[in-house]
Amino acid sequence: MAESEKVDLCVIGAGPGGYVASVRAAQLGLKVVCLEKRPRLGGVCLNIGCIPSKALLDSSEAYHTARSRLAAHGVLSDGIALDLRTMMARKNQVVRELCENVRKLLERHRIRVIQGSARLVDGNRVAVAEAKDGGSKKGPLLIEARSILLATGSEPVSLPGLPFDGSHIVCSTEALAFASVPGHLVIIGGGYIGIELGSVWNRLGAQVTVIEQLPAITPGLDGQIGRALERALTRQGLVFRFNTRVAKAVAAAGKVQLTVVAEDREAQIVGDRLLVAIGRRPLTQGLGLEEVGVVPDAATGQVPVDATYRTSVPSIYAIGDLVAGPMLAHKASAEAVAAVEGMAGIESEVNYDAMPSVIYTNPEVACAGLTEEAVRARGVPCCIGTYPFSGSGRARCMGETEGFVKIITHAGSDRILGVHIIGPCASDMIGEGVLALECNLTSQEFARAVRAHPTFSEAFQEAALAVRQCSIYAS
Amino acid sequence: MKTEVKIPEVGESVTEALLTQWYRRDGDFVRKGEILFLIETDKVTLEVVAEGDGVLKILVPEGATVAVGTVVAVLEADDAREPMPAKAAPERTAGVLPPSPVEAAEGPSEAAAQPSVGMPPKVRPPDTTDGRSPEGVTVAPAALRLAAERGVDLARVEASGPGGRVTRGDVLLFLEQPAKPMPTAPPEGVLAGSKGPTGDRRQPSTVPDALSPLAEPTTRQPMSRIRQRIAERLLAARQNTAMLTTFNEVDMSSVQTLRARFREAYRTRYGVSLGIMSFFIKAAVAALKEYPAVNSFIEGHEIVSHHYYHLGVAIGAERGLVVPVIRHADRLGFAAIEQAILDYVAKVRENRLELSDLEGGTFTISNGGVYGSLLSTPILNPPQSGILGLHRIQERPVAIAGEVVIRPMMYLALTYDHRLIDGKEAVSFLKSIRDNVENPERLMLEI
Repeated sequence: MAESEKVDLCVIGAGPGGYVASVRAAQLGLKVVCLEKRPRLGGVCLNIGCIPSKALLDSSEAYHTARSRLAAHGVLSDGIALDLRTMMARKNQVVRELCENVRKLLERHRIRVIQGSARLVDGNRVAVAEAKDGGSKKGPLLIEARSILLATGSEPVSLPGLPFDGSHIVCSTEALAFASVPGHLVIIGGGYIGIELGSVWNRLGAQVTVIEQLPAITPGLDGQIGRALERALTRQGLVFRFNTRVAKAVAAAGKVQLTVVAEDREAQIVGDRLLVAIGRRPLTQGLGLEEVGVVPDAATGQVPVDATYRTSVPSIYAIGDLVAGPMLAHKASAEAVAAVEGMAGIESEVNYDAMPSVIYTNPEVACAGLTEEAVRARGVPCCIGTYPFSGSGRARCMGETEGFVKIITHAGSDRILGVHIIGPCASDMIGEGVLALECNLTSQEFARAVRAHPTFSEAFQEAALAVRQCSIYAS
Repeated sequence: MKTEVKIPEVGESVTEALLTQWYRRDGDFVRKGEILFLIETDKVTLEVVAEGDGVLKILVPEGATVAVGTVVAVLEADDAREPMPAKAAPERTAGVLPPSPVEAAEGPSEAAAQPSVGMPPKVRPPDTTDGRSPEGVTVAPAALRLAAERGVDLARVEASGPGGRVTRGDVLLFLEQPAKPMPTAPPEGVLAGSKGPTGDRRQPSTVPDALSPLAEPTTRQPMSRIRQRIAERLLAARQNTAMLTTFNEVDMSSVQTLRARFREAYRTRYGVSLGIMSFFIKAAVAALKEYPAVNSFIEGHEIVSHHYYHLGVAIGAERGLVVPVIRHADRLGFAAIEQAILDYVAKVRENRLELSDLEGGTFTISNGGVYGSLLSTPILNPPQSGILGLHRIQERPVAIAGEVVIRPMMYLALTYDHRLIDGKEAVSFLKSIRDNVENPERLMLEI
């Protein structure tokens, strides 16, 4: 006979969606239980996603800087060498500490965390087989909840006929933990995961080839920004093969042999490792969704929800990578808060018009709002202002003059519709752009805010003024 | 027809550029506005777009350094040749791989980014659920509220949010739609009037210009914040007070004589010229002391009397009228008043005016005379109860002691809130100002 427990909310998944939902629910006075099938909290983001990749991106950038950029600053050093083992250990340490922080956070809010795989029994009951609680094994457990929040996230998609083998044909998880620098890393997919990991290994000395079946990298990105990023990465040594698809890949004798097709011509590529980074798929398998009446979309695997994140079963909610929209940790967290507040009767929502996204290459790319292509496709009269970092004093001091900021406004109302940055510190600068979108600022108001001198954000001021010139001209 | 494609001017002192990359290939059909190639100079990296439609014939290859103005390609317009449909469609269709779930998941934004010709924009059907959310809330509260506030039919709004939901930004874009199309709009942009929910935006309008309401030369511009504020306040003054205006006229002879007589001496002593405004401010302060109702406000069911004299002076600015306030005008001498006005005029001109400069006035003086107005009825500056209007000084024949003489005369207008100030008080107040200005020595003697 299974042990049973009654709660207000059962959260399935302890990633940036699930743990934030649990904490918010606890703050609102709900009795919460959080289920996680992995031994460590934090989900993909903390364990095998955002955090470890950023740790490696920062470490590899430090290595690259020491090797090729310090001399320009008059800092001379001999015998710079790579200790990949230390680099990986540091990454693991960062991950461990942050996971521990999540555990403490949940503890502090007196949220019961149960390790085990969850399966929905009906709209209000979740079964956990082989539940572990605080390390000690327990039997099957049945949780009765007024509401259930699905926050199970996503997993990498493999290519048909090209399954992951964990050593040579791998997904991002393994590519974050190679024991040695591959001589030639081949990456299928020119999305942000492919080019971020490509950057890491390129900096550490690997030859990197990115195969993309579209004619450009990072679909959905503002075209001007995307093209600038592609040029920057090409200069760094990444090789892009566009309009190219992989027909076959065979792992043998420690190598991966690829047959690729571009413009009806076949070609062979031999690599040491093959990273498949063609996208991610919502993780719904094994949850028993269909049985309780929640049917994921056949094409996308996403769980359909309404504006309050309610699925077709009113007591079951879903957020984050499981539902439509970009797969971003901060989007999941924002939806978590909105969904839980909605359950508690507080009107709450996520502003998708001001959702930032970042690519942590060098230069970084950060965007919020509409792209130029989207604005033009919608027939919106627009004004565009750009300003290059080469005009920024701070950028020159740091020797990081690559890139520019781009502000898109409505030509009639001057309201800012999109903010796009490629360049140093873009990931932190975008916050200002998000705030501008959140507050519906006009470019005039945005330009009026004083930025400290010399800083990168001065480029915003100049770009906003460039927009004004257009507006005045247009009116 | 051939269009030459040239290396554009990129700035002073830049004479040549590196043609870094061709984005289109020789023989491609390109459309106006599409990016053709990239140039780099030591200062900028610039994407150059096609200035017309046509088949691209490249004359200068990638990697060449070319002078500004060089023809690097020609576009040959070939009416017989249609753009190749294969190029218009996303090339991913050529691949055997299915689109990955994430790409598919980005459906709504992808669709927004590249609508295929003939496909209507994604529009939510009215009052139906989309099947994906059988009974739920289909529109987020912020979008719903904005739509309700502004009377927007959500069914007509193009949706860009996850799951095909309308976002607040979508509603805002819909509201901004009737704005006049700007030159930067795509050339195939359609007149706002024909943008129906099912109309294809990318198709040129078939509505003849003569039938379009936009064919007449009008322009639409959003009201500036300051203009909106002015509009609100003026309307509020009209609606919330019982305004009445009383008139009088003042003989400016004495003031003019005084000013002429002491012009040089005054300027030497104080560094400012002696204007007429200081006389009126002094006269107004004296009158306000005599008739305190004019210096009072109505607040709810109470009358708030002010035992201080903060006089607003209306100053015309580029973006609209502003009324900075001279604080404790009763404690200031003529020179200090003139100086305060000069300071405010400079602040207005240099856009340095602060909110605190505009707050706290208890009475206002507006001088329409500087623009040549002979007579006007000023509008109250709420919550104040009185405003004095000055006008142009005009030499007019007047009868004095049985004789017709020519005098520099000015009409005065006092608009007052009749709820608080009786006619007798208002008329006496204005008469007091007239007496003091006609006999400035009264101000000195405080009688």
